[in-house]
Amino acid sequence: MLSTYVPIVGLFALAAAFALFSVAVAPFVGPRRYNRAKLEAYECGIEPVDQPLHGGRFPVKYYLTAMLFIVFDIEIVFLYPWAVANDALGVFGLVEMVVFIGTVFLAYAYVWRRGGLEWD
Amino acid sequence: MLFAAPDQPTLEDFGHDVWWIVLIKIVGVFVVLVLMTLFAIVFERKVVARMQQRSGPNRVGPRGSLQSLADGLKLAFKEDIMPALADKPVYFLAPVISAVPAFLAFSVIPLGPTVSIFGERTPLQLTDAPIGVLVVLACSAMGVYGIVLAGWASGSTYPLLGGLRSAAQMVSYEIAMGLSIVAVFLYAGTMSTSEIVAAQADGPQLSFFGLEFTGPGWFSILLPVSFVIYAIAVVGETNRAPFDLPEAESELVGGFHTEYTSLKFALFFLAEYINMVTVSALAATLFLGGWRAPWPLSIWDGANSGWWPLLWFVLKVVAALFVFIWLRGTLPRLRYDQFMRFGWKVLVPTALVWILAVATMRTVSRETDLSTGQVAVFVGVPIALLVLLGLSLASRASNRDTRLMAAEAAAGEVHAVDPDPDPEVLPPAGPRRRPAQRTGPARAEGGFPVPPMDLTVPPSPRLRRADRVAEPVGAGRPEGGVVSTGRRAAGSTAGSTATSAQEDTDG
Repeated sequence: MLSTYVPIVGLFALAAAFALFSVAVAPFVGPRRYNRAKLEAYECGIEPVDQPLHGGRFPVKYYLTAMLFIVFDIEIVFLYPWAVANDALGVFGLVEMVVFIGTVFLAYAYVWRRGGLEWD
Repeated sequence: MLFAAPDQPTLEDFGHDVWWIVLIKIVGVFVVLVLMTLFAIVFERKVVARMQQRSGPNRVGPRGSLQSLADGLKLAFKEDIMPALADKPVYFLAPVISAVPAFLAFSVIPLGPTVSIFGERTPLQLTDAPIGVLVVLACSAMGVYGIVLAGWASGSTYPLLGGLRSAAQMVSYEIAMGLSIVAVFLYAGTMSTSEIVAAQADGPQLSFFGLEFTGPGWFSILLPVSFVIYAIAVVGETNRAPFDLPEAESELVGGFHTEYTSLKFALFFLAEYINMVTVSALAATLFLGGWRAPWPLSIWDGANSGWWPLLWFVLKVVAALFVFIWLRGTLPRLRYDQFMRFGWKVLVPTALVWILAVATMRTVSRETDLSTGQVAVFVGVPIALLVLLGLSLASRASNRDTRLMAAEAAAGEVHAVDPDPDPEVLPPAGPRRRPAQRTGPARAEGGFPVPPMDLTVPPSPRLRRADRVAEPVGAGRPEGGVVSTGRRAAGSTAGSTATSAQEDTDG
């Protein structure tokens, strides 16, 4: 029943209105004293070396972590319905899940062995 | 539910509220969250202060209780600065993206049983759905967008690093968090938060030497491993100490919100504390019996009806918040690689094995006619031993290099401190030992600049003057010969003029 989700939409509207109002009103409530130094990126007073928006690089490890996250998050998505319906599925469901988790566990062991979980 | 009390709401009770009841609940949740944030900040500052033997904020309001309100108002009247390099629309929207899901996550948390508000019977919960807990997880996942976009859009180095760290950290610990609550769904047979609370009403019937009694129903007692994994994972998920690496002040200034000021910064702060309150409330709901009264209180019949459960729930949330603050006051911050290793190599496999163990035990006890206790002895203990064995093997494998080096050191073959001493890195002292081809500061193996070790301290002007006095007059007048700049030039000229003055008096 979608009517149970209506209050969430209401709360979303209220929270979004509050947040947008805060963000929009901030420049007008506070003082405005122009200073060119305030517009620069915070770098302890020295010239910024690399600009993230214009060709800066970051380690590939973050990308790998995101990929691993997707693998395991999808595993979790499959685990939830099985957990809820576990009593109905019985032994068949358990065996299925052992096979499934075992498969993912093999991939996990491979990633571990190849150093995919090492951070440096 | 078999023994569902009339006050216990079920899924059918949701979605039938009158519109003004819905409105009251929406505003109520909003106000509760903002108040809890204001309370949590003061509470944290006071508790941490007590742990550090200070008194904490005590100026604004009675015993400083209005300090966070004053700080919030002050933030509104601060200048709103947007860096010139920032990506304007994303920079503008990131605090909103961060704050809104934080509010939404609280919408499925049950605060109490069915109560009457102005004559209308309604559950003390904004709403519930068959997939209730998924709403919380989805909202906490959406919050990552706000943080990573804020870090990227600031157009600055520290926020970018903080935002990336935060994203990697939150997705890593979200895996552990998601896995830790699978066992709860397994026991409760549902993902709806109100029914999970109902499932913790009565524990299993235990017989202990012929003594029949009702065991504890809280999932934190029935599923201790899940509870511990959840508790650790949400600390990483909410970026709290000792896992507050995205905001590691000593490395990243302020992390992803370094470039944010004024109310935009306040929104990030609000989102962080609301997330903390939400995961505490979820911990209370999933593991600590929700709004149900804890054991000694639950003997009283009226404890689980009316408005009393709201008090029990708030007390449980405050207790969970206290644990958060306790951790911050006690533990030092982890290194990032230690943190990621712990999440991926300890929490995730432990959670997976635990899920399988719990599922196996449940299935075996249902298929055979053994009681849960017997199954625990015959199945659980061997599985626990297997897990311990596997973990010890894994930790031995990961510590292999350290162990080998320690063994060699114990055999006296090499020094454990520096197995491969490299004269290039640390050249012996002396003015002419520095290699000729090296121009900049020496670099160690890790690439860190090392200050020049052969640096000789220039003699002080006073010593030089003493030398010059000993020398014959006019042997080496420094004025024309020394070419130097800066401070040392001033010192040397001062020294030389003093020398010449002394020579004049001598002469």
